[in-house]
Amino acid sequence: MAEKSKIPLHRDPFVRSLIVQLTIPALLIWGLYIMFQNTVENLARGGIKTSFDFLGEVAPFAIGFSPFWTFELGKSTYLDVFIIGIQNTILVAVLGIIAATTLGFIIGVMRLSPNWLVSRFALVFIETLRNIPLLLQILFWNFAIFLAFLPGPRQSLEFLNSIFLNGRGLYLPKPVVNDWSGFWVVLGVFIAGIVGTIILRRWAKQRQDETGKLFPARLVGLGGIILLTLLALLVTGGPISFELPALQRFNFEGGIELPLPLFSLWFALSLYTSAFIAENVRGGIQSVSKGQTEASEALGLPRGLMMQKIIIPQAMRVIIPPTISQFLNLTKNSSLAVAVAFEETVAIFAGIALNQTGQAVTIIFMTMAVYITLSLLTSLILNIYNRRVQLVER
Amino acid sequence: MQKIVTLAAASALLVLSTAAGHAGTLDNVKSAGVVKCGISGSVPGFSAPDDKGAMQGIDADICYAVAAAIFGDKSKVKFIALTAKERFTALSSGEIDILPRNTTHTLHRDAALGIDFTYYNYIDGQGFMVKNSLGVKSAKELDGAKICIQAGTTTELNLADYFRTNGMKYTPVGYDTSAQTREGFDGGSCDVLTSDKSQLAALRTELKDPSSASILPETVSKEPLGPVVRQGDDQWGDIVRWTLYALINAEELGIDTTNIDELKKSSTNPGIKRIVGTEGTMGKDLGLGADWAYNAIKAVGNYGEMYKKHIEPLGLARAGSVNDLWTRGGILYAPPIR
Ligand SMILES: N[C@@H](CCC(=O)N[C@@H](CS)C(=O)NCC(=O)O)C(=O)O
Repeated sequence: MAEKSKIPLHRDPFVRSLIVQLTIPALLIWGLYIMFQNTVENLARGGIKTSFDFLGEVAPFAIGFSPFWTFELGKSTYLDVFIIGIQNTILVAVLGIIAATTLGFIIGVMRLSPNWLVSRFALVFIETLRNIPLLLQILFWNFAIFLAFLPGPRQSLEFLNSIFLNGRGLYLPKPVVNDWSGFWVVLGVFIAGIVGTIILRRWAKQRQDETGKLFPARLVGLGGIILLTLLALLVTGGPISFELPALQRFNFEGGIELPLPLFSLWFALSLYTSAFIAENVRGGIQSVSKGQTEASEALGLPRGLMMQKIIIPQAMRVIIPPTISQFLNLTKNSSLAVAVAFEETVAIFAGIALNQTGQAVTIIFMTMAVYITLSLLTSLILNIYNRRVQLVER
Repeated sequence: MQKIVTLAAASALLVLSTAAGHAGTLDNVKSAGVVKCGISGSVPGFSAPDDKGAMQGIDADICYAVAAAIFGDKSKVKFIALTAKERFTALSSGEIDILPRNTTHTLHRDAALGIDFTYYNYIDGQGFMVKNSLGVKSAKELDGAKICIQAGTTTELNLADYFRTNGMKYTPVGYDTSAQTREGFDGGSCDVLTSDKSQLAALRTELKDPSSASILPETVSKEPLGPVVRQGDDQWGDIVRWTLYALINAEELGIDTTNIDELKKSSTNPGIKRIVGTEGTMGKDLGLGADWAYNAIKAVGNYGEMYKKHIEPLGLARAGSVNDLWTRGGILYAPPIR
């Protein structure tokens, strides 16, 4: 302590690093502020007044797909457009991440299969999808596959007279609650089923640890949930009914509509990203030392179980970090949607709203904020998961 | 993401081009040696490449005429293809000098986007194209339809207004370019395609089976289309505006590419002499050479010649329409060059 006080202030490493760390961000913020001021001033000179006021104004155009938010022409504002854009971005990103991860894992494991045909197939799948520009793949699914092969609304493919598929999208029955008390009972039974299954699994695991006996807890639990819920539905006299889509003069109305562009975008994003994830999975698996495989083979574990219980858990710590950036890429790539008329943030907010209002600075700033927030959230969630996986290892 | 990058780059340009954007466009153009011209590049009759790759159409001609007026050489144009959504940012950020991209003059654009409208090179209106199999005869029957449309246009605003006024509902299917819009309609992602009427005819001929669709009789909006310039440089605005006026006045005075040299040599009509630059100070007033209008007309012809070459092949007759001269029952009316 006494020695430390002899060091002059300007050579104290702590003080120095504090000063540097404060000065650099301050300079950066100052620079950004000057840039912002300059832009706003330049725009003002050109007659564009930068502000957030436009968000409260009625949007003079219509939005077609807003499953979680009501859009009413003549009432909804630019803020509604912004919110719908974010929701649709999140929707396609979540759907895409789920599908890309599932597919990526399957293909990645197939890539290492001892079966020549299977591993070749995976190789061709990966190399083709990774090397064709994503925009082209989106256009391909939309125009060359879906629109070319799916029929018009009048000739829709139909299942059980309640699900319809045509070149405009997929139309599903929409559940409508007509007896709320009955509905709560059914929901209660359903949740109880899930809780029961969790308890069952704990018990089964404990028993296996102690006695080595296996119990198919997952299967029994699932069967129980389905059976009990059905029973509850019957007892309460069917508190839920379904609104079926019906063909009108031009299109199907009623029910749930999932428009075609969502599928085109979802397919293309999932397939494209799954090729990259498959490579991460392959790399991860190969990083697990060969001794692990040999050891589990010596134990007589079948290949499937060996992958599931021994290899993949160890590979996860190598797979997850690069896969996080694939998730982020997928989210950002969803902004190519406008080519197939899917209404996400960039298409309707940074595109249409910007063009109609001229509020470039505000809108681009807000759009960037959306993507940064989504990216940070994704990283945060996955990093928490990653930390858990890493700890299990040690 | 690509779009964001473009837009961010455009915003960055705004930051850097402190003064460049607003004054002295003529000097900038002269030192660059070209007029940077924003067009669509895929609208037949307005701007589309011919089979030799040269840009053709009445929008392209505006830029050829301005280049000829400044440099005496119509080839000094650089065309930049823009989507409907990109066009205004491209203009206000200084990426282009003129925007004659079938762009409609509206109050909001004029007053709030930092841009100025000059005059009109085609007066249009919005219409609807439908599949014949639907048996629709009037736009009033379109309640519940899905409608293919190009995003970022007045078209999508008029559509919303029209359906609101008539108490009808619709679902928009908004694409980025007119090629995608047409493919969407052709492939069946919508029942109706809406656009400026001048384009419906051309789009219809590009369908897989043109006879499967027809254009409804209604015209639901006013679409005065013309070249746009950046706000704040009045001299540049004057040059573009008066070049267009010169082409229209030339038609009114009977000056065309076949007789302009003859008239320059021997005409005694003072109105003609002022246009071809043998009398008066017109060119000097604009900051250009005396033969600015002569060069412009020589390069692209008078307005009537332009119309005949580019618009008539689309099947849009001019006689007696709004696009005819005021002297023949139309509304094209250019102020006098004097
Ligand atoms: N005149 C309207 C519409 C102009 C417009 O962009 N029209 C579309 C067709 S509806 C077009 O020209 N597309 C050509 C392209 O995408 O290159 C406006 O100024 O907003």
